[in-house]
Amino acid sequence: MLSTYGHPQYAYVPPAELRAGATRRYAVVVVGAGPVGLAAAIDLAQRGTPVLLLDDDDTVSVGSRGICYAKRALEVLDRLGVGDGCVAKGVSWNVGRTFFRDDEVYNFQLLSQPDHKRPGMINLQQYYLEEFLVKRAQELPLVDLRWKNRVVAVCQSDDRVTLQVETPDGVYALETDWLIAADGARSSLRRMLNLEVEGKVFMDRFLIADVVMKADFPAERWFWFDPPFHRGQSVLLHRQPDNVWRIDFQLGWQADPEEEKKPEHVIPRIKAMLGDDRQFDLEWVSVYTFQCRRMRDFRHRRVLFVGDAAHQVSPFGARGANSGIQDADNLIWKLNLVLDGTAPETLLDSYAEERELAADENLMNSTRSTEFITPGSSASLTFRNAVLSLAGRYPFARALVNSGRLSVPSVLEGSSLNTPDSECFRGEMIPGAPMDDAPLREAGHELWLLDAVRDRFMLLCYVDTPAAVDATTLAALAPLGAAPVAVEVVLVAARDGVAPGGLRVLEDSAGRYAERYDARNGTAYLVRPDQHVSARWRTIDSERVLAALARAIGRV
Amino acid sequence: MATLNTAANFSDPDKRYFRAFSPGDDFYEALIDAHRELSDAQSALLNARLILLLANHIGDLNVLREALSIAREDV
Repeated sequence: MLSTYGHPQYAYVPPAELRAGATRRYAVVVVGAGPVGLAAAIDLAQRGTPVLLLDDDDTVSVGSRGICYAKRALEVLDRLGVGDGCVAKGVSWNVGRTFFRDDEVYNFQLLSQPDHKRPGMINLQQYYLEEFLVKRAQELPLVDLRWKNRVVAVCQSDDRVTLQVETPDGVYALETDWLIAADGARSSLRRMLNLEVEGKVFMDRFLIADVVMKADFPAERWFWFDPPFHRGQSVLLHRQPDNVWRIDFQLGWQADPEEEKKPEHVIPRIKAMLGDDRQFDLEWVSVYTFQCRRMRDFRHRRVLFVGDAAHQVSPFGARGANSGIQDADNLIWKLNLVLDGTAPETLLDSYAEERELAADENLMNSTRSTEFITPGSSASLTFRNAVLSLAGRYPFARALVNSGRLSVPSVLEGSSLNTPDSECFRGEMIPGAPMDDAPLREAGHELWLLDAVRDRFMLLCYVDTPAAVDATTLAALAPLGAAPVAVEVVLVAARDGVAPGGLRVLEDSAGRYAERYDARNGTAYLVRPDQHVSARWRTIDSERVLAALARAIGRV
Repeated sequence: MATLNTAANFSDPDKRYFRAFSPGDDFYEALIDAHRELSDAQSALLNARLILLLANHIGDLNVLREALSIAREDV
């Protein structure tokens, strides 16, 4: 039992199918009520789609799981209605420090720009995130969340997926048009469908000790290479809520996991690190190994794999849960358009295309971090230590220090949904880029760009002054009303004012939008419901916007 | 007189990088990959040959002397 957290026990309710006996047909079933499955179900329900969410347990995650949630995941969680709760409970941080032997050699700022709503990262025990998401899901009548419902068989045909679900009261069958597999690294759906996951296991073991203590260390990520208190290995320290501190000791492949977990072995390691005088209690101890691997295809006809079921990375970089939440963010708006008949089923292939690319980037970065942290050969160790010994004094070497390249969203450059630029733009907001945030003002109220852009396609039209929008511009926008999918047209204006035609006006009060989007009078951005850039132009032309929109929903 | 550049300097003209750490990480991965499956003696030989190749490419002896001197610090 944890001293700082009591696990909720959610009520199992016998499913109606068990009494009625008839097999029901659903539009979407999500398997696995972890962060990714919950995010997917909430997103669907918020879009008006009923969803059945099955989980084989009746509580949130147990023990030391994910603790770091990155800015991009927080922006998605904001859209799902739990961002504020997570940030209020979590420990926000932006600074990471790296030590080699006795000295600090390097520190970094996660968020290099000012004027973003969310911090680079928060630390929050996974069970809190899940608890907040469950609470949110339970507020939504369209989410049917069933605990103690374990899928024991799965079978798909051309037009449906059939599941056998085991409950404490017996087994029932159900059918669904689409199945989202969010059942984690040991996905039983993946196994039952005889699908492979390809990659490698790293030959190293790590000890996680979550300890409760009062300490006034700053809210920063501290990483040691070869410290005096744990020679030859690495150590990571993170602050979590409730005075819980995560300490991660590299042990080496030869370590005996059962022995290392015993308090008589763990406590001396922690005392060596913190000193004999520091009072602490062990909250949780485990020993883990990890894998870097992914499924070749995230879509198998009517089954869509998300999160750890589809891909697993080393923990260095916090690219696990963070990328899983982005999987759901990428998939759900597409699935919703397919369900309502607006987009062809092939749009779902773009989910696989874009998130497989993101998974490759995450795997590449986490594999590189792993090689640096746990060098696989003596040549690699020599280079690693050479880099660290130069990093204190020479900037080029600091840039090579890799204690984890922390989760940032992928730029979906080259996605088939993007419309390539036909005009010149500076900066980072290329088609496929995740949108940068910016502070704005609407009717005298402060708001953030990423809070304004959500759930739907938007055309952001930058103008010097709203009142100057003329009849020609309004006429150019009019055909967008007949687009196959709703596009909200919004003016982003250098100066406040009232626009003709009742257009929504967002004032670029700090000038950050113009700066980050290289915007000038007439610049228009078409942005996707998941806050990635689809296309951009220097002048507004509804035909080009409609063509880009058709491409972005897979109609080309 | 040229001096040794110790600022981050890796780049790939054929590639657009979105993260500052990526070009350096690309190089480091290539470097470690070059040593894969080699014995320690073979790795040492590879390193020696690599240094000679790069030193010749740099050419400027003042730069090379500065690099040699830094490389020897605290060793």
